[in-house]
Amino acid sequence: MGERFRALPKWQRMLAFAAFVAFLYYLPLLGIPGLTWLRTDVNGGNNWAGVLFVCAVYVLIAIGLNVVIGLAGLLDLGYVGFFAVGAYSVALFGSTQSPVVKALQERFDMPEGWAVAWAICIPLAIALTMISGVLLGWPTLRLRGDYLAIVTLGFGEIIRIVVRNVEWSGGPQGVAAIPGPQGAPSADNDVFGLIDAKPWYWLALTVVLVLVFAVRRLENSRVGRAWLAVREDEDAAAVMGVYPFKYKLWAFAIGAALGGISGFLFASRQGFIEPNQFNAQLSILFVAMVVVGGAGNMAGVALGAFLLAYLPERFRDFAEWRFLVFGLALVLVMLLRPQGLIPSRRRARELKDRAEEVPASV
Amino acid sequence: MNFDELFGHLGQHTVDGLAKGSIYALVALGYTLVYGVLRLINFAHAEVFMVGTFTVVGVWSLLGATDSPPLGTMLLLLTVGLLAAAAASGLTAVVVERVAYRRLRRMNAPPLIFLITAIGLSLVMSEAFGLWQGRLVVGMPTILEREVLFTVAGTDITNTQLITVVAALVMMAGLDVFINRTRYGRGVRAVAQNPDTAALMGVNKDRVIALIFLLGGLLAGAAALLYALRYGNTRFNVGFILGLKAFTAAVLGGIGNIRGALLGGLLLGVVEVYAATLTKSSWEDVAAFVVLVVVLLFRPTGLLGESLGRARA
Repeated sequence: MGERFRALPKWQRMLAFAAFVAFLYYLPLLGIPGLTWLRTDVNGGNNWAGVLFVCAVYVLIAIGLNVVIGLAGLLDLGYVGFFAVGAYSVALFGSTQSPVVKALQERFDMPEGWAVAWAICIPLAIALTMISGVLLGWPTLRLRGDYLAIVTLGFGEIIRIVVRNVEWSGGPQGVAAIPGPQGAPSADNDVFGLIDAKPWYWLALTVVLVLVFAVRRLENSRVGRAWLAVREDEDAAAVMGVYPFKYKLWAFAIGAALGGISGFLFASRQGFIEPNQFNAQLSILFVAMVVVGGAGNMAGVALGAFLLAYLPERFRDFAEWRFLVFGLALVLVMLLRPQGLIPSRRRARELKDRAEEVPASV
Repeated sequence: MNFDELFGHLGQHTVDGLAKGSIYALVALGYTLVYGVLRLINFAHAEVFMVGTFTVVGVWSLLGATDSPPLGTMLLLLTVGLLAAAAASGLTAVVVERVAYRRLRRMNAPPLIFLITAIGLSLVMSEAFGLWQGRLVVGMPTILEREVLFTVAGTDITNTQLITVVAALVMMAGLDVFINRTRYGRGVRAVAQNPDTAALMGVNKDRVIALIFLLGGLLAGAAALLYALRYGNTRFNVGFILGLKAFTAAVLGGIGNIRGALLGGLLLGVVEVYAATLTKSSWEDVAAFVVLVVVLLFRPTGLLGESLGRARA
């Protein structure tokens, strides 16, 4: 199917792509007879547009994590840490109830209701997550494979424990009154309110599409090829003049920034966050999205993220079982289809090569 | 920072840290054995330990254990608990190897795939127990009342602390002898050094790998009993943090090195108790992870960095 699609003339592919994007924008209004069973609110379930919003946020996370795992080959089990940093940067600077904003008000004699504007929080969140990505990467990227995985897992937990135990983050109570594009939640928010999630979904979808385009450009750039080289063989890449540390750090920083943006969107829509929302299980869920979908392939990871976010909402009875099923999915996919549901073409070829060179002694 | 508290009772905290660290050390051995032979972090080992703790709970409630039973019953409960937990954990570890890893080894899969499988498996096991046993803390009867046995230089040593440390040391010495002195141990060392050559020399690789998983599981089961004695409760996700700590201990001592696991475990236990005393107790996990990062930075092979196979090469 993929081969045939790629063989079509360019204008037909563009047209198909445009139709697909239009369909994505139409999704929250979905009313096509025969397809309405896809909606999660068919029998009194969850808000459909709200579910779609969460799916979009997860797709964004998967795309960010794919840069780290799929392209650069660094297994990061602490990605939820970056998600948390993004969420907390809008919460701590944007919410009038956060201790940080209160301290700033006192320090600079600001009026009572002052807080950093939502739009200014965006670059702030990106900067903070990139810095935290570099801070994590700088000491740990010398480690390889398995060690890196454990250290990043520890890092994710450290962020959660620190946030829960210090005072400036609101502690275990979390932070409320996180603003959206129209400021803190109130009756004045006629577009980005708490009830109607459709504008939120459209916003998130737009961000996803822009960032998909950006990451795609990055993938096919010099940096992207350097990532693949480092993933395949770090020493060989170093010999050929690619400095692995630098590119791994870039992968971490860019992946972190994407995770930060998704955390930012998530917190803005929720209006409230607390440290326990960012536990290690969520981190493993993120890895599951990337791996099940097909690490290294953007369409694959997006599909993986969508499925893992959507299925538990559509089948509510199964929500209790979701982490069990995620674990099973990880094991089964690794055993039966190690390249994921939609494999990256390059990766599928590598795994095939490897399976053929099985040593005779086994 | 509460330095007065730490230095005022330094001996007390050290003893407590050693007791805590012995449990880490026993679990760390499971990581170290598997890593030493397969170069693989068996992430699911934490859940092997968790199965052990639930076995202890199950066996004790089956035998109708109550708080502080008479001495004979107590010894019986401890023995049966130890045997059952070791058996259950050992079996689980072997099954894990069989189900998840053997096929991947046949496929000659890259290490990342092993690790992700292990993570998935660990999630499956802990969630299965969460659904089956509930997600709340499961308490168990206090078989052994904590009491002070003797006091050395102002430091009280309780019976549980003594049992934990002695039991861990005995088991570790036993493992050390097993690996270094027996025929099977020689097979393990041979496979650790060079699997292909060992296979050519007539060592059954699959059997050796099953053996190290079994050994790691048995020790994790023993650790589960000691954990039950110390904390008196368990939970479906008890393995997660403990497994991470045990792995830290293994890395600290030099992963792949059996004596290193002991050293790392004890050291980590002491560091944690000190950190918990100095700050609020919730910071002890942070201390463990910080230690892990710092050690890996300066000594990527750990304190006694040599591997199982190369230890006596």
